[in-house]
Amino acid sequence: MADIKNLTRGIIKENPIFSLLLGMCPTLGVTTSGTNGMCMGLATMFVLIMSNMVISIIKNVIPNKVRIPAFIVIIATFVTIIQLLMEAYVPALFEQLGLYIPLIVVNCIILGRAESFASKNGVIDSILDGIGMGLGFTLALTLLGLVREMLGAGTIFGWNFLGMEDPKTMLVFILPPGAFLVLAYLIAIIKKNN
Amino acid sequence: MSQKLESSLKNMVIVLFVITFVAGISLALVQQITLDPINAAHQQKQIDAISIVVPEFDNNPLDCCSKVAVDGDSVSIYKATKNNEPVGYAILSSTNSGFGGFVQVMVGLQPDGTIYNTSVVSHQETPGLGDRMTTDKFRNQFQGFDCEKQKAIVKKDGGDVDALTAATISSRAFCSTIRKAYNAYLALNNQSTCTDGQSGATKHE
Repeated sequence: MADIKNLTRGIIKENPIFSLLLGMCPTLGVTTSGTNGMCMGLATMFVLIMSNMVISIIKNVIPNKVRIPAFIVIIATFVTIIQLLMEAYVPALFEQLGLYIPLIVVNCIILGRAESFASKNGVIDSILDGIGMGLGFTLALTLLGLVREMLGAGTIFGWNFLGMEDPKTMLVFILPPGAFLVLAYLIAIIKKNN
Repeated sequence: MSQKLESSLKNMVIVLFVITFVAGISLALVQQITLDPINAAHQQKQIDAISIVVPEFDNNPLDCCSKVAVDGDSVSIYKATKNNEPVGYAILSSTNSGFGGFVQVMVGLQPDGTIYNTSVVSHQETPGLGDRMTTDKFRNQFQGFDCEKQKAIVKKDGGDVDALTAATISSRAFCSTIRKAYNAYLALNNQSTCTDGQSGATKHE
């Protein structure tokens, strides 16, 4: 039945960012700092787990021809819920992530896992898969955000580790081109070690 | 594993209807629950910005708001008082000419018209360049700034403001919010001292 592999698979071996290269839009857009990357990852993970769970529960009553609209409605509902919750209880963070929260709806990781995993497997397996993929996504975004923050702003999760007043940092890493550069190097390093 | 439901028209309509119906109900519930905290968070944000830009006050400036039409836009002015004496005006000024578009700045004026402090409420400027306009280093030059005697224009354009390095457009946008706030303050003074929370601009002939 439940297989622990479903949990661990998403973290390294089938990491949604580094191996599957899915969901590049939030990956490149929000990872200007470690905190932003981590929070975006956690929000996506919540949606992923909930949608995987619900879809695997009701998969047998969804007629095949309308499965995509059904999945999208379920995903969009959870995205809107997390958006409202964040706006209410963590407004500062909500402002930072802004437009990228509603864009979780069209994140292909979520629809991809719903289509290729949750609609074929049981509830427990689907939840494990959601947790694993979500963790993998969160890890990747946090790592990417941390590297960009360290190089571009000279801080780690907002902590100024250089201890300098006005460090001369490489601003390009905070800007969009830096996202591509860091992502490319991280993927290269991970591919080489595998 | 049981058989999947057949894709007949009736099944599809019923299933989609049920899913959207349940989704709609749950969203309505969450919206109800979060409505008050969201409003409170928005108000808190305004209050926080106001308390940065004006001296200590003891009223609720949000209740003491006047709308002034200036430069083809409506600007909100919040009056802060202490022991019923006005201590400052917090003016929520904005422009669309930032590098990333919309920039909203809360500008605090003392009753004599000099700037007490400023606070950037929202912006989409480039991280590391334009967004340094939120830093004290840039904003502190506006403390005590007198728009009557000094020009809120960057030095490059013949004014008195040190622009941010490599972010002149953001600096210009910031300056234009300052000028707009000051114009709103002048307009408010010209039209009377009415600050009963209603639109003062339309009440006076």
